[in-house]
Amino acid sequence: MSAFVPVYFVVLAAGTGLAWYWRQQDGFIGLIALILFSAVLALVWGQSSIVGLAIVLAAFAGAAACGYLFRALLVSSLPDNSARFVKTAPLTASFGMLMVLVIGLLAVFAGFVAPYGEREIVGDVWEPTAGAFILGTDNLGRDMLSRLIYGAQTTIAVALAASVLSFAIGMFLSFSAAVIGGWFDQIASRIEDMLLAIPTLIFALVVLAALPQNIYILIAVMAIIDQTRVFRLGRAVAIDIAVQDFVEAARLRGEGWNWIIFREILPNVLTPLIAEFGLRFSFAVLFLSTLSFLGLGIQPPEADWGGMVKDNKDGIIFLVPAALYPGGAIALLAVCVNMIVDWLLRRTASLRGGRGA
Amino acid sequence: MSNLLEVRDLWIGATVFPPGEDPFDIDIVKGVSFDLEKGKVIGLIGESGAGKSTIGLAALAYGRSGVRITGGQALLDGENILELGREGIRNMRGRRVTYVAQSAAAAFNPSHRLGDQVVEAAVRHGIMGRSEAMKRARYLFGVLGLPDPDNFGSRFPHQVSGGQLQRAMTAMALCPKPDLIVFDEPTTALDVTTQLDVLAAIKHAIEETGVGAIYITHDLAVVAQISDDIMVLRYGETVEYGSVQQIIEEPREEYTRALLSIRSDIKPEAKDQDEALLSLENLDAAYGRIPVLFDVSMHVAKGQTLAVVGESGSGKSTTARVITGLLPPTRGRVVFDGEALPPALAQRSKEQLRQIQMIYQMPDTAMNPRQTVEQIIGRPVGFYFGLRGKARRKRVMELLEQIEMGEGFIDRYPAELSGGQKQRVCIARALAAEPRMVICDEPTSALDPLVAEGVLKLLMDLQKDTGVTYVFITHDIATVRAIADSIAVMYQGKVVRFGPKSKVLSPPFDDYTDLLLKSVPEMELGWLERALEERKMVSAGH
Repeated sequence: MSAFVPVYFVVLAAGTGLAWYWRQQDGFIGLIALILFSAVLALVWGQSSIVGLAIVLAAFAGAAACGYLFRALLVSSLPDNSARFVKTAPLTASFGMLMVLVIGLLAVFAGFVAPYGEREIVGDVWEPTAGAFILGTDNLGRDMLSRLIYGAQTTIAVALAASVLSFAIGMFLSFSAAVIGGWFDQIASRIEDMLLAIPTLIFALVVLAALPQNIYILIAVMAIIDQTRVFRLGRAVAIDIAVQDFVEAARLRGEGWNWIIFREILPNVLTPLIAEFGLRFSFAVLFLSTLSFLGLGIQPPEADWGGMVKDNKDGIIFLVPAALYPGGAIALLAVCVNMIVDWLLRRTASLRGGRGA
Repeated sequence: MSNLLEVRDLWIGATVFPPGEDPFDIDIVKGVSFDLEKGKVIGLIGESGAGKSTIGLAALAYGRSGVRITGGQALLDGENILELGREGIRNMRGRRVTYVAQSAAAAFNPSHRLGDQVVEAAVRHGIMGRSEAMKRARYLFGVLGLPDPDNFGSRFPHQVSGGQLQRAMTAMALCPKPDLIVFDEPTTALDVTTQLDVLAAIKHAIEETGVGAIYITHDLAVVAQISDDIMVLRYGETVEYGSVQQIIEEPREEYTRALLSIRSDIKPEAKDQDEALLSLENLDAAYGRIPVLFDVSMHVAKGQTLAVVGESGSGKSTTARVITGLLPPTRGRVVFDGEALPPALAQRSKEQLRQIQMIYQMPDTAMNPRQTVEQIIGRPVGFYFGLRGKARRKRVMELLEQIEMGEGFIDRYPAELSGGQKQRVCIARALAAEPRMVICDEPTSALDPLVAEGVLKLLMDLQKDTGVTYVFITHDIATVRAIADSIAVMYQGKVVRFGPKSKVLSPPFDDYTDLLLKSVPEMELGWLERALEERKMVSAGH
């Protein structure tokens, strides 16, 4: 312990020197700030806080390194065109891709990866992290890690299906409203307004309570609630494009609705829609978790992350961290998806092939 | 005599950030020098990107975001304003140097009265009290020929016309009694007839108040009326700098001569104009319940050019929309090649649509920014003639050849083309349909003079080669003179004059055509005075 703090500061100082040597202004300023911050931390809360800070920093550095290695791997293994595209990914995005890939693989191969069964009671209630149970056990004595892995399966599948469905409905309706206009726009917009007027959660609760408990119905309800937002955004951006001269030129040429929607308008509104998809997917995960938490989402004993938070929330009072794992998983997935989306946004909004100069 | 402003070897640079590449520095203005005496006007002229606005703003020690002044001096009364601190600049701007922007409509705050905005700088700088400033504003409104100068200041910006707003902005610049005003294209966004009034008002106000001015424009004919000296700029460098007389009458540089000779080639008018390809018969049209066209009739013969002239709001673009079927007429019919066209777009056959193509004013919005040149030009080729793959690409290459652009452009996106190239691609897209008639909706008004000249020449050459008919919508009489066979003059939704070019452009005139023709600035000294004189005589005669 006593040797750690001097080593920590020496490493930082060396890094600062290197940043100076390589003329990395941002890195230099950042490191100086970090040294000062660490010094204040050490003076106020003592040396142990430095260890905590070092662990957080190491986690960030590790994530960055993982992202860097993953990007290098992708660049070397992909064909030329895609490699050039991936090369533009910042470290945040490559880390996001890596984590989404890992979570996705875990979800797909849950049956092979998970050490125990999804519903199998293998130990005592809320056993701590130790030995056979890497993340301990939950409120019924089931293995936390296994349930997390199985939970990824249901959570991602349902959230993804719901957001894809909501985008399909929302984009189709909004583009048609923008291009056809007139009565179609009026009818579609008023129906959407009506749906928007009902508070989301209450609407979902009422409908789900009335309908049979079924995963497809759950997806459909989530999609219908969510597509109102997609519709509003899609209509706003598409109307903006639909009045441009090049759309008029296409109409004068005699093009059909299909061409105008998919070839003239869609490529130009992709940027905001991709951003919205990242957000909507994250919200779908959260919304599903909310529903499960309230008992109307995924039904027990099937695992899903929101439901797992609910099951284990009482443990927090007894300092059992079981509820934090699924919560952390939700946060990690949402952040990773948005890091990828941010990068794609910057790509599609670029000047080459972008709008205007 | 001491100079009011001396600009010495001014260098202005900026950093550009091309996506995917490292940012690099460019020079916008490269070592420009000029002098301005008190009470004199210098005209800065050049195409877009020549750095004229940047120089003008440098006289306020201001650079647009990302732009920085990298070298040289700007001495205002012997003091280098580029080295003034924050406080010094604040004291200088709006007190000693003021600015008139191109778009007055965008420069006024819509929620404050004009008078309050006009006196704001003078009052805030403590140059005069509010009531005194208001008095000066009323005086300036009078000098600038604004209606009812005593009450003009109590109006809001949306309650006055564009020309009046531009004059109000000039009053705002003059109110603090500055030594120098920078006019940045103050009449470019106005109609010709309005431009004349504003120009005269500005000139009168400058003479009256004895202020020095930098007048920035791309129109040599305008600047010739108002300046004492002219500086021609290109790519941030001085091409030629001299007195108005010298620049207009004995230009030394090739580039200046090219600017002066714009639209001096005049196409002879076609003789036989009776056999109509397109004729509009007594069209009425309305947007919703608001009627916009009244009994519009005109026709154009095969292989000829019909120019439709008028100010904004005269109904010329609406006429184009009726011809294309975007706006079905409420009365009358459009006859094309002896057959009445169905009024609405949806009822027309693909073949009918193919024969009439359109070229737009703004090439930026007329092309899908997400498609390459090949996709843009290739779509009509594939759509109308069913060509695909290699055959389509070959046809696109031929078309690119026709518009005098190389094959190297085929994979580019619109954002990677210059303004003139964009308009050429739009022309190629229209040609790709092998149309019999092309409607050109102000195709050159968004382009720089020399580029516009090239595009016009291309259109004329294409007409010679393919025998295509043009309906050419424009507000620029010089263009009309150069290219038209017949002319229709529109005013407030009606055709006030129609016939062969020679007849329309020769007296006796109706009142509106007369006003329109006399308002077009001519590239000679003293034109403004003569035009105003004639106007006075006409109104005295009434």
